[in-house]
Amino acid sequence: MSSPGQVLGAPPEDEEDTSPAVVGRRPVETATLAAVLAFSLAMAWDNWRTGIHWESTGPQAGYFPFYVAMIMAAACAWGLVLEFVKRGTPDKPFVRRNQFKRVMQVFVPTLLFVPATQWLGLYVSSFILIAGFMIVVGKLKAWVSLLTAFVFTAAMFITFEIAFDVIMPKGPLERLLGY
Amino acid sequence: MEAFGLLLMGFKVLLTWKILGLMMVGLTLGIFVGVLPGLGGPNGVAILLPLTFTMEPTAAIVMLSCIYWGALFGGAITSILFNIPGEAWSVATTFDGYPMAQKGQAAEALTAAFTSSFIGSLVAVLLITFLAPGIASFALRFGPPEFFAVYLLTFCSFVGLGKEEKHKTIISMALGLLVAGIGMDTVSGTLRMTFGSSELLRGVNFLVAVIGLFGISEILLTMEERLALKGHAARISLRVVLNVWKDLPKYWVTLVRSSVIGCWLGITPGGAIAASFMGYNLAKRMSKDPQSFGTGRIEGVFAPETAAHASGTSALLPMLALGIPGSGTAAILLGGLMVWGLNPGPLLFVEHKDFVWGLIASMYLGNIVGLVMVLTTVPLFASVLRVPFAAIAPMIVVSCAIGAFAIQNAMFDIWLMVLFGVVGYVFKKIGIPLAPLTLALVLGSRAEDAFRLSMIGAGGDLRVFWSNNLVGSITTLALLLLFWPLIGRAFGALRRKPQPA
Repeated sequence: MSSPGQVLGAPPEDEEDTSPAVVGRRPVETATLAAVLAFSLAMAWDNWRTGIHWESTGPQAGYFPFYVAMIMAAACAWGLVLEFVKRGTPDKPFVRRNQFKRVMQVFVPTLLFVPATQWLGLYVSSFILIAGFMIVVGKLKAWVSLLTAFVFTAAMFITFEIAFDVIMPKGPLERLLGY
Repeated sequence: MEAFGLLLMGFKVLLTWKILGLMMVGLTLGIFVGVLPGLGGPNGVAILLPLTFTMEPTAAIVMLSCIYWGALFGGAITSILFNIPGEAWSVATTFDGYPMAQKGQAAEALTAAFTSSFIGSLVAVLLITFLAPGIASFALRFGPPEFFAVYLLTFCSFVGLGKEEKHKTIISMALGLLVAGIGMDTVSGTLRMTFGSSELLRGVNFLVAVIGLFGISEILLTMEERLALKGHAARISLRVVLNVWKDLPKYWVTLVRSSVIGCWLGITPGGAIAASFMGYNLAKRMSKDPQSFGTGRIEGVFAPETAAHASGTSALLPMLALGIPGSGTAAILLGGLMVWGLNPGPLLFVEHKDFVWGLIASMYLGNIVGLVMVLTTVPLFASVLRVPFAAIAPMIVVSCAIGAFAIQNAMFDIWLMVLFGVVGYVFKKIGIPLAPLTLALVLGSRAEDAFRLSMIGAGGDLRVFWSNNLVGSITTLALLLLFWPLIGRAFGALRRKPQPA
């Protein structure tokens, strides 16, 4: 266990993940470069519209970001050319199916958590997220999960709401309690 | 010896119960954050920053910098006991630290790691104490062209000296500069790149982006790797500590070499990661017995840890003296300064003496207190790792969301954070580095202002960046660094040619 490649990954006792790749690394890289290229062109266009020329008072607002966007577009284009040249050579997996499943296990709840904070308030949604995640994904004992979630949420409430006066989005429960 | 008197003043600022208490809280949180995989220095500081919004700046920076020291110490614990680097800069520590733990020398390895961390930081803090005021007073003469040249130097050295593919570093940096420019233009008041969205009027807050890029994306990556934690227990006894310390003088060459490498790489934006690997590799190459590295040599722990901490600490030097952070975490601390209403840059040393010297004094005190704390509480923090990740992951998500929301009380920011989380995940997996993005985000508007002010002063003539010796040499150095890979290759070709003849 002294080569740097192994150290970052899973411990050596674990068996190799051989589930099929969801997508290769190169298609993702190409798509990302294309998306960033589109983003930079959109930004360049918007700055061009704002004004990239000189006025009596100096450069217009779009001047600096316009050229930055151009540099970024050029770097993306260069990256795409490199990808095009390398096409057909063997690719590494970007993410395997088992890995992707685990990533989604945490990403989807996070995505649901955001709108929930608006309706239920941040503290109630946090309680549900933590307890739910521990029970469903972690397969931990229900009472342990509920207790952990409660203690953590209560500690956050005391720290932010009471001790440091940092106001969080609140929902029906907090209103009921008079906050 | 003016620095010495000012340092004493700094200690006076610190020695109140409230600040000492905050220091302990900061260190504990920091070690915690450093031990947890999926959280690290920059994430921890970014998430906990909102806690400090209502504090006065000195108390706030002391707490935040202690979180940073704590995270630096904490990274070593997981590397040695669990073979999982809590931080990228602890990777090199696992090479010999984990084999030592396997041989039953976990306590020795941990003591060595903490002690060398302490030594590395101390050297860097001494450097800051005596060098930063001088650099700052020199920089007081800087006008906008000089500042832009220094920013350019920072950006160019990332591109030229970074190990990543060049176009990816450029993309990362340009993206940061563009995102920093979104919203109201500070010079003319014109709106730009908002595409009619009223949420984007405020611009994209730097901290929201950082919390997403580092916090959320790290959770996604950690879930993907499925960390099964199998580690060694450790308890450090006083006898072990004294034994390791007794042998310290034998390794003074390694310690000095690593400190110098660390300080140098910390000041130039290369960062702690490069420093720790370089410290390790040099120690290995210069050793009489390089084969034994990787099998559990104590020198293999001393070398990377000293370098990593020296560079992590000295990264604060350019931040304090020039307002240019030398690392991702320093960039976040810089973001904090702006939140508290302080204007980073050389004037800080003149206008906010209390703050600056309080911070420098806290570096000394924080490192001493931190060393004692980690040596005595290792078993406690190591047990944190036995908490299932399924409990830690949602808690980190919640902390990130609280942090992102608290900055501007905006729901939109939580969405932005999630978006940046996805961007961070994809970027990390396809090898686009995140550090240049962070740096560009925090420096973007200041770099642009400096550029525009110099251009206005010179009537649009680019030759303003070569208008005197100082600015000219900085600009030239920046361009040299930018094209360094090409220049290096050209030299290599020239040198090879004469040989066959």
